Amino acid sequence: MTDFSAKFYANFIKDDRWLGLVTGLKVTIIVTLEALLLGVVIGFFVAIIRSYHDKTGKFKILNAVSRVYLTVIRGTPTMIQILIMYLVIFGSSSMDSIIIGGIAFGINSGAYVAEIIRSGIMSIPEGQTEAGRSLGLSYSQTMWLIIVPQAFKNVLPALVNEMIVLIKETAIIGYIGEQDLTKAAMIIQSRTFDAFMPLLAAALIYLALVMLLTFFMNKLERRLRSNER
Amino acid sequence: MSANQNVNQETLIEVKDLRKVFGKNEVLTGITTEIKRGEVVVIIGPSGSGKSTFLRSLNLLEPPTEGTILFEGVNITNPKADIDLHRQKMGMVFQHFNLFPHKTITENITLAPVVLKKMTKEEADKKAKELLDRVGLPDKADTYPEQLSGGQKQRIAIIRSLAMDPDVMLFDEPTSALDPEMVGEVLELMKQLAKDGMTMVVVTHEMGFAKEVATRVVFMDEGQIKEEGTPEEFFGGPKDERLKEFLSKIL
Repeated sequence: MTDFSAKFYANFIKDDRWLGLVTGLKVTIIVTLEALLLGVVIGFFVAIIRSYHDKTGKFKILNAVSRVYLTVIRGTPTMIQILIMYLVIFGSSSMDSIIIGGIAFGINSGAYVAEIIRSGIMSIPEGQTEAGRSLGLSYSQTMWLIIVPQAFKNVLPALVNEMIVLIKETAIIGYIGEQDLTKAAMIIQSRTFDAFMPLLAAALIYLALVMLLTFFMNKLERRLRSNER
Repeated sequence: MSANQNVNQETLIEVKDLRKVFGKNEVLTGITTEIKRGEVVVIIGPSGSGKSTFLRSLNLLEPPTEGTILFEGVNITNPKADIDLHRQKMGMVFQHFNLFPHKTITENITLAPVVLKKMTKEEADKKAKELLDRVGLPDKADTYPEQLSGGQKQRIAIIRSLAMDPDVMLFDEPTSALDPEMVGEVLELMKQLAKDGMTMVVVTHEMGFAKEVATRVVFMDEGQIKEEGTPEEFFGGPKDERLKEFLSKIL
């Protein structure tokens, strides 16, 4: 037990090392939020473009661009995408790597979100669109007021899943020099030569983050479903 | 007979040589007809005869391959026509109701009139209340579609269309998805509408309704109108062989 407290002291208390984990957590949260926002916006637009194309045959070029985007992003490792973004695309710019990371993760997540939302739109029966259009609503009014709200409810669990993946995936941002939660744990390890304590701490913080997110999303889901009883 | 008095000479919908092709399959092979204000036109025919496709092409839910449709004198098949605007005047009722499950009954009724700025929220709510009273479902105002029976859903779907104050109502097999004991309540409401002078085009298998309410019955087969006439002519002395065969099977 004294061994444990000594280790605890050395890894977290001494030299205020716990502060590194807090700063790391902040970075993880910021990158996740940036990526989430960007990913949902990209995903939503790509999903709408693809659904609209499937239904009407219009938007040919945008649809082709979307398909290339989906293929490339889903077909290559996130790690490579981050490195290309940091070393090649923003290689000569002085932009903060926390922003670059957010953009790279956002573009990555957008591909998955797009397919999730598209599957949601496809899950709504054609009759819903027909009912909306037959009342005189335009395509976009029907989409916004009738299809998307129902689709969103159906795909919420899949979206939460994608968010959880995203939170954990940001751990690789350390490779482009950003000190996130994982990197912070590794820094402590490099000082104290103890891997167990800092990595366990990082793991527990990720777990708490994911559990918190799941808790609030379950609440949201219950509220959205309440009108079905 | 009473419904006949509502028919006047003003043409509401004029269909000229309407054709519809799905891939290699020609579903409508040239339909020309007129629907006058106040008419109740009942379309019958075997499955695959194109009757639903014809009905759905009247408001361009099924865009025709060829031919023109004039609605209130405007060519709505012209790509430049604002179809959304014309659809506001053409109510449609579907076999599977298609109520919006995420909206309350009142919201289902008021959504389109409010979004399309035909009414304020208050006016639309008032109208919804009147319509719900009319169909005897005022207590359902704040419930969701899931909580209703099939017959109730279809009555709500009908008044949802009525809330837009349409000039014509299109019915696509409105009772086909209902349990038998619920068919009556929906037909009763449709009869009331006819009595009030609503122009109606109805695709149905309910021959009783056709006999009692229709001002004109139309028999479709192989994508064409094969025979049409008043219910007396139509059921009294059918001429077309296919129609005779069809009637002998279902009556």
